[in-house]
Amino acid sequence: MSDDVAVEARGVSKIFGASTDQEVRALDHVSVSIAQNEFFTLLGPSGCGKTTLLRLIAGFEHPTDGAILLEGKDISALPPFQRPVNTVFQNYALFPHMTVAQNIGFGLEMQGQSKDEVANTVGAMLVLVKMENLKNRRIDQISGGQQQRVALARALAPRPKVLLLDEPLSALDLKLRKEMQVELKRLQHETGITFIFVTHDQEEALTMSDRVAVMNEGRILQVGAPHEIYNRPHDRFVADFIGDTNFMPAEVIEHDESEVRIRLPSGIEITVPAPPGLPQGSEVTLAIRPEQARIVTDSDAISIQGSLTDEIYIGTDTQYRVDIGMTSPFVVRVQNANGERARIPLGSRVGIAVDPRTIQILQD
Amino acid sequence: MSAEQDSSTESFESLEAHAYQLEVRQNLLLSTPALIVLFCAASGTLLIMLVFSFLTPGDYGGIKWQFSTEAWFQVAFYRDIFDETVSIADAHLSIFWRSVKLSFLTTLVAFVLGFPTAYFIATRSPETRNLWLFLVTIPFWTNLLIRTFAILEIIRNQGLVNTVLIALGVIDQPLDMLYTDIAILLGMTYVYIPLMILPIYASMERFDFQLVEAAYDLYATRWRVLVRVILPLVKPGVIAGSILVFVPSLGAYVTPRVLGGGKHLMIGNLIELQFGQGRNWPLGAALSLTLLVIVMVALIFYVRSAQKEGGAHGH
Repeated sequence: MSDDVAVEARGVSKIFGASTDQEVRALDHVSVSIAQNEFFTLLGPSGCGKTTLLRLIAGFEHPTDGAILLEGKDISALPPFQRPVNTVFQNYALFPHMTVAQNIGFGLEMQGQSKDEVANTVGAMLVLVKMENLKNRRIDQISGGQQQRVALARALAPRPKVLLLDEPLSALDLKLRKEMQVELKRLQHETGITFIFVTHDQEEALTMSDRVAVMNEGRILQVGAPHEIYNRPHDRFVADFIGDTNFMPAEVIEHDESEVRIRLPSGIEITVPAPPGLPQGSEVTLAIRPEQARIVTDSDAISIQGSLTDEIYIGTDTQYRVDIGMTSPFVVRVQNANGERARIPLGSRVGIAVDPRTIQILQD
Repeated sequence: MSAEQDSSTESFESLEAHAYQLEVRQNLLLSTPALIVLFCAASGTLLIMLVFSFLTPGDYGGIKWQFSTEAWFQVAFYRDIFDETVSIADAHLSIFWRSVKLSFLTTLVAFVLGFPTAYFIATRSPETRNLWLFLVTIPFWTNLLIRTFAILEIIRNQGLVNTVLIALGVIDQPLDMLYTDIAILLGMTYVYIPLMILPIYASMERFDFQLVEAAYDLYATRWRVLVRVILPLVKPGVIAGSILVFVPSLGAYVTPRVLGGGKHLMIGNLIELQFGQGRNWPLGAALSLTLLVIVMVALIFYVRSAQKEGGAHGH
């Protein structure tokens, strides 16, 4: 089993400014294991500890408690230059006094490889990131997207066991970012190296990753494949952070092994698939994705009712906001068939229909 | 001529060029007072020295308006008073050599001590940095002569260092530190080290310390990070610092006079001697100009080689 694990964090805590009055607990007993050849993403808002975890794996910081294991060996005490792990930095951190080729060759040179070996690998890396004709340029003579490629090539050149990427796409514009997302997936596939990717962009995390760990306040809340995280969030933070979600309080009436009967604030009772360990009579929160609800105007099959307050056209979809008597409006997203959209007059009474199987029950 | 002007005034570019010329002219006008002061203080005095160096010394100091190349001859050669035989002026040459040697060593020691200091300050938090910089500049508040005498008090035979060492039983005879080249080196390093620290710090302040992490990450040891990443990128500061220490060291006058006693003259003292007891103003002027040439040649070589070294990495 442990043969397949590339990196493991065992009960890792990191406290900054310990023994001062400004003690910050950046990581709180984090345990996670990342498989070989996996595209693993640490996702969370800024300050959630994702970058700290990455820096602990790189060796720039050392854990206050717990251990970091690389292929089963404890590397917590090793300095960065003794770890077969390389980093792509957020602002690239390319050496401004060296050319593109010298930057890519730096790690190889420091490993003590011969000039020929370095030149060969650098050549292969330049081909891999499609930068052959710019190899003698200085760093300030190439664009941001090209710098990004050089940073990738520089970190991949020594063939690390794990590549760490610290929000590497955040400085690029949207179009370039989309291109680089595809490019990164290709590179990971071609090199077969484990990628650990840090981002606060949930869309980026969902499109690129094999598995995602959602983090908040120094803890990992949920680890899973993108569709699991999206469709079956464990708690309110995950549901809220990943995609848009409507939240609605409800009360559990009765439940058995597989199903639970709950009562909505409007008094309507519905039956939904049950999560494990749900006490009878407890207050829960329902999470409903906007695209999994429908607007209905006929009175049957109506679960929730309200008045339409806004209709927002967003190209492929139309978003309806329905006031159902709670603090925030219920959002429904409907795909525009044939580019046409159904016109419903604002202010009219509408019903919202939801397939019970897509409703997620969250315990607070 | 006028046709050419007509066609050119139509083009926007020439209008821009005209505006630029106008701006240059205005800027020149604004800087005139500064230029006049600079000309009188620097070029004017240099010109006087150049003229004096080709005249004959007056009987009681000063000069006689009589052309002579004797002063320039005396810079490097010595003419015997009695039999007029000519020999190399060893005294001058050894003083020149000592000055260059001590200035070079001062620069080196200032760099070896100043670089880590600058690194230390640049890696502090922004609030504490200002405090450290403030501490570095404190010596400038006190007169150079007083600071030099303070060093003398510390290193003389009955001074602080010897008294303490004898009291501790480390030595039983006082160490002879005063009136040696080492004393001069110590004094000059102390006086000029802030001029090394400040420009290196200025370079390091702009240095992106994430590059250090990037290099560590790419298997570079601490020493290699220093040599391959930090030093090349703060080199402008190191060059500026070295020039700021080397040049005034070469012309130092007070420090070698107080700490070197009479035996260990430097060029500055030799020049002063010609204008004072020596009563040979033309020789003093010629020696000053020689010093100027040495400094310029040294600087040109230093900057050239430093740039070449940078270019090897850059291209």
